[in-house]
Amino acid sequence: MKQSIFTIKSNTNIAPNTYKMVLAGDTSAITLSGQFINIKIEGLFLRRPLSVCDYDGESFTVLYKTVGKGTDMLKDMGEGDKLDVLTGLGNGFDTSKSGERPLLIGGGAGISPMYRLAKDLISEGKKPEVILGFNKKEEIFFEDEFKALGLNVYISTVDGSRGTKGFVSDVIKQLSRYTYFYTCGPEPMLKAVSDVTDTSGQLSFEARMGCGFGACMGCSCETKYGTKRICKDGPVLQKEEVIW
Amino acid sequence: MVNTKVNLCGLQLDNPVIPASGTFGYGYEFAELYDINILGSFSFKGTTREPRFGNPTPRIADCTAGLINSVGLQNPGVEKVISQELPKLKKVFSKPVIANVSGFSVDDYAYSCEKLDKEEQVGILEVNVSCPNVHHGGMSFGTDPKAAAEITRAVKAVTTKPVFIKLTPNVTDIVSIAKACEEAGADGISLINTMLGMRIDLKTGKPTVANKKGGFSGPAVFPVALRMVYEVYEAVNIPLIGVGGVQSAENVIEMMMAGATAVEVGAANLVNPFACKEIVENLPAVMEKYNIKDLNDIIGGAH
Repeated sequence: MKQSIFTIKSNTNIAPNTYKMVLAGDTSAITLSGQFINIKIEGLFLRRPLSVCDYDGESFTVLYKTVGKGTDMLKDMGEGDKLDVLTGLGNGFDTSKSGERPLLIGGGAGISPMYRLAKDLISEGKKPEVILGFNKKEEIFFEDEFKALGLNVYISTVDGSRGTKGFVSDVIKQLSRYTYFYTCGPEPMLKAVSDVTDTSGQLSFEARMGCGFGACMGCSCETKYGTKRICKDGPVLQKEEVIW
Repeated sequence: MVNTKVNLCGLQLDNPVIPASGTFGYGYEFAELYDINILGSFSFKGTTREPRFGNPTPRIADCTAGLINSVGLQNPGVEKVISQELPKLKKVFSKPVIANVSGFSVDDYAYSCEKLDKEEQVGILEVNVSCPNVHHGGMSFGTDPKAAAEITRAVKAVTTKPVFIKLTPNVTDIVSIAKACEEAGADGISLINTMLGMRIDLKTGKPTVANKKGGFSGPAVFPVALRMVYEVYEAVNIPLIGVGGVQSAENVIEMMMAGATAVEVGAANLVNPFACKEIVENLPAVMEKYNIKDLNDIIGGAH
């Protein structure tokens, strides 16, 4: 974990209530896909955690939806604005267990960490497939970015306006050749994914956090492997350990 | 050169800055960031007789100038704290620590305190009779002078180290409770624990934390904590640890002027993991600014 000041390079509206922000600064503490950062927003007391979509030696990208006061304030910030950020938080995804053909399943803002994960898996010579879930076609984002990596992308929309009508779990039911899964999204989606998949996998959980680095025990959850802090021992949990 | 050393019931602290219980875990997360031996001491995560998961989640709510927590004393229980946490803590912190203890009965408190009192690294026992997040125990002992005195006597009977009773602000008259603890043999008083509060999520129309209510802390409570330290200082002759909304070296000095011998920093650690380090490092310069040569000269100076 590192605390440092980042400068906003861009903050772009990419879909209704959905933004992509690139922040430049010391990214050395970010080492794995699935990790998150915690942003101090002037005027709010607690930091706001966001998962990392992608990173390199100079900047990182986050995708976020405006779901409350913090993200509403964040969307109004622009190029050149400075933010105090804790980086390198959380355990991240373990790509070693993926097998040849892992499924990457993202719902809403949970699509964010799947992007870097896809790149990492590709660089390891694996052939991931991607399922992205939305409510309706107008809300679709990052489909082209995943396709640009050369990946097969399945879309589900709740209203059926694009792709499979229903949920990401309805897409999974049609697939059979996958070796493992990675998923991030709302908790009901994570449970549905866990229920319909017939392989092992990793799930990235969202939680209301206090500190984001393991000090306050605000985001603890009980697992089959004992009590875990989503921020420090997660946010990625193994399918086998989750108690629904 | 200014003197930041203070004496807390015979325990010589390099400075009065102490991370408050529940905001610093057992120190490891912070020891990854800086050498926590620069701290005066620290009060580790509240310990109970039996292991506890605590309350259901969500148990955090953001507020203007603070937060609500309803963690509810998550801890592995006193046996595991002694066998697993203290040996690890010893590797990152070489000074005496403050053992924060909670319970659900007089027996619970005595049991855990007697065990922790025997641990070499424990310098002070801080008895939490003020947790707002547990039913049948916790705060209920700290809202009644007789019950607070009973806990104090029971703990003092089985321990040898200084015993501080940590009081709740959720009372009509904190002075009467502090006096009852002093008369029952307490060596010092820590004040204040969190203030009972709540938030409602406008989207769901329901309380934000699952336990409905929680403890409110952060810079918003500083003036309340300061006032209570000031009042209790006038009423008792035992040392005080001032807690509540401390964010800066200036706040530490203000708390000491009100009557605190040492000062705990809580919520600030959760937002800025370097908060205590910065306070310790800024303290000498802020002392010089206000012409303070020795912190011991200002304790209770506002009276």
